Amino acid sequence: MSEYVIEMLNITKEFPGIKANDNITLQLKRGEVHALLGENGAGKSTLMSVLFGLYQAEQGTIKKDGQVVQINNPNDANALHIGMVHQHFKLVEIFSVLDNIILGAEPNKMGFLQKAEARKKVVALSEKYGLQVDPDAKIEDISVGMQQRVEILKMLYRDNDILIFDEPTAVLTPQEIDELMEIMRNFTKEGKSILFITHKLNEIMAVADRCTVLRKGKCIGTVEIKNTTKEELSRMMVGRTVQLEVEKGAQNLGDVVLDVKGVTVPSKLHSNNAVKDVSFQVRAGEIVCLAGIEGNGQTQFVYALTGLDKMSAGSISLCGHDITKAKIRDRSKLGMSHIPEDRHKHGLVLDFSLEENLVLQRYWQPEFQKSGFIRSQEVRKYAEKLIQQYDIRSGQGPITAARAMSGGNQQKAIIAREIDKNPELLVAVQPTRGLDVGAIENVHKQLVAQRDAGKAVLLVSLELEEVMSVPDRILVMYEGEIVGEFDPKHVTVEELGLYMAGAKNMYREVGVGTQVPEKEGNEA
Amino acid sequence: MKKGIISVLASVISILVGLLFGLLLLILVNSSQAFPKFGELLTAGVSNLPKLAKVLYQAAPLIMTGLAVAFAFKTGLFNIGASGQYTVGAFCALLCAIVFQLPWWVCLLASFVAGAIWGFFPGLFKALFNVNEVITSIMFNWIGMMAVNLLCMNLKNADGKLVMLPIAWVSSPIKDRTAALSYANPNAIIPKAGLDKLFNSNYMNISIFIAIAIAILLWVVLNRTTFGYELKACGYNKNASIYAGINAKRNIVLSMMISGAMAGLGGGLYYLSGTAEYTIQKVLLPMGFNGISVALLATSNPIGSIFSALFISYIQVGGESLQPVYAKEMIDIIIAVIIYLSAFALLTKTIISKYIRTDKSNVNEESKAAPVPAAVTGNAEDGAGLLPDTAKKTTEESEGVEK
Repeated sequence: MSEYVIEMLNITKEFPGIKANDNITLQLKRGEVHALLGENGAGKSTLMSVLFGLYQAEQGTIKKDGQVVQINNPNDANALHIGMVHQHFKLVEIFSVLDNIILGAEPNKMGFLQKAEARKKVVALSEKYGLQVDPDAKIEDISVGMQQRVEILKMLYRDNDILIFDEPTAVLTPQEIDELMEIMRNFTKEGKSILFITHKLNEIMAVADRCTVLRKGKCIGTVEIKNTTKEELSRMMVGRTVQLEVEKGAQNLGDVVLDVKGVTVPSKLHSNNAVKDVSFQVRAGEIVCLAGIEGNGQTQFVYALTGLDKMSAGSISLCGHDITKAKIRDRSKLGMSHIPEDRHKHGLVLDFSLEENLVLQRYWQPEFQKSGFIRSQEVRKYAEKLIQQYDIRSGQGPITAARAMSGGNQQKAIIAREIDKNPELLVAVQPTRGLDVGAIENVHKQLVAQRDAGKAVLLVSLELEEVMSVPDRILVMYEGEIVGEFDPKHVTVEELGLYMAGAKNMYREVGVGTQVPEKEGNEA
Repeated sequence: MKKGIISVLASVISILVGLLFGLLLLILVNSSQAFPKFGELLTAGVSNLPKLAKVLYQAAPLIMTGLAVAFAFKTGLFNIGASGQYTVGAFCALLCAIVFQLPWWVCLLASFVAGAIWGFFPGLFKALFNVNEVITSIMFNWIGMMAVNLLCMNLKNADGKLVMLPIAWVSSPIKDRTAALSYANPNAIIPKAGLDKLFNSNYMNISIFIAIAIAILLWVVLNRTTFGYELKACGYNKNASIYAGINAKRNIVLSMMISGAMAGLGGGLYYLSGTAEYTIQKVLLPMGFNGISVALLATSNPIGSIFSALFISYIQVGGESLQPVYAKEMIDIIIAVIIYLSAFALLTKTIISKYIRTDKSNVNEESKAAPVPAAVTGNAEDGAGLLPDTAKKTTEESEGVEK
């Protein structure tokens, strides 16, 4: 038997205007965690889609256990025991966990479902690997972490032994990431092989055995993790030395830009308020970070702040104007920019071209329209300027459909659009989610540049590393309340973690009965 | 290959497949006459000028209902109420012509406004209460048709005469249709501008030019104006448009109103021609539903709607030449099959894209990459939705034609 369980040899895959994979070779050993590292748009997802049968390569061969195989669609991949957890889960929201797991491989007798049998197998698998799920819960009701466990169980249920994880940690909380790492290690002990797509260096160092680095569609090399360092990997990935620390100049505080008083937002899931009596200020020239574990009311607070949703009490003023009841467009005119949490739901019109998306907040300004007609040449010029300035990569430049762009470049487009509006207040919600180190460095620089230019920045983040390094002030939110305010220079991650988990509160006694909060989830 | 070329190619192939099926049906029913009659079906529309005039005459309202559906598709709505809007538009045009004795262009304007009003209600319900526009507009089809029937049969003038019916103008026993404009109000007939003499047909008037002009206008609105930009943004992604400060509710209502106005104007164009009277209907007028075929065949492109409406009208005129060898119902079925299969343009498009894809992966010497936009694969995967989903795909994929 060959040493390699999967070999992808000299794979080339082109899209109009772009060579997504250029002569890439990837060899996966039995029982290893093999990381695939690269910037956004480097071709990682394309390569895995080729392996999973979603795309066909123009050139190159795929071998399984030394035999050449043809993978024309995901069913072929399945027959070869290749399974994949996609970055955006492929689950039927209104089906139960069990139904989702057996979907496409339903056990049946003469057309009648045999669910009891399936349930036994699912329960056994979930116990064996410590993948806790409730087989009867509906997907729409469970947390993102559990949804991912469902995706993993889907692969196991089909007896897959080559598991592809496409950026699995982008949507997870730190605790869930640790659990996932543990699960991955268990899999390799069982002899399963894992391909792990990521651009988080810490995770690679923690769990991977080997790592193949891609850059701009080309294979840079494959390295043994024990013989390399984070710095080495990031240099291979980006092609230059990346600054992993955020550099900030001296602070120059100005007037109050954002003044939030007693904001309360009702929850859509339960009778409690999702945001409870939140008050704080953000001044010109500072970055304030709203930190906390996902689902503690940050999303709802931002919706109320930006006008996407109504609040039931409190007031908000921006640069001295009361915007409590202002329309979204008016908030924008008063100098608010918003990098939204969900770039597909709010940030982009995916069926629009890149240039159309870049003027989404400004198409009505005289610069881009004359008596109701869009000045397409101005739009094109502006788009080209932003593409250049913010290094937005896409197949066909301004006319690329936003849908056809990689996630990271979609995010760059949104950031370019929002920052170039030159706002007084920039509300950035998880602006680096799903970005690679190079791009993260860039976003952080942009945020700091806004601060240094005397603007106010409200950053909402789940990433502890970001929370500790970027802001001037940290506000911790727990169950819809602000439970603490810190200077990042004078607080430890551990201390912050206690506040985030609700074990400590600066403003009142914490009851003995305090529990881990129930997930608020992503509301409609 | 460009996306636009694939779109056109897909439509052409669909039409050919549809025609082939039509031929098979003809053979099945009466094989001896099938080939000559099929030839006639294909050529009748251009065999002489009066026939061509009839093609153009029927195409005009068809373009309008096609635009109604296509415009709604583009903005993320499925206006299945074109038939009702068309009927109400026709009635208001006739009302202005017969009862108020107004000139033709005022009557056309009335049909435009009436259609807009009939589109307004489904739009309003959608915007305010999120009631699916398909359900409301189907109900409004029936409300519109029944109300129009009722008014035609019962509207009386000061003398107590049934004013919409011929009896008010000439002595006539006919009670199931409206008075002909030739005697009721010749001023309300759409001008013929000498075209009737040129084509040697009473059917010919300037309505086809009005329809084409409006199609072009609509294309400009959708693709060149901020208003069209907003409407499309709402259609493609309502959440993102709200995020961008666009008033999505207002736009939904406006979209449905414009869509309804198009269908209403179609009704005006048809019934103000002077060659058609409104007959009391028991079923919904098919013109509105044919608009769906027009829009699908044109992949929701306003300019494309002109051509697909011309094609469907052409086949309908050709179908008439099959009589009396084939029964009228048979002809309807054959036309329906052709139109039905033609509307498979989207399916054909996916197949072409796939074919090109597999072709390329087997044959490596071709230099250009296969155009497999992520969207195509994505769509194929989550094709679970029903019609509104189709509508969405239509809007997505027709992008290529314009660019």
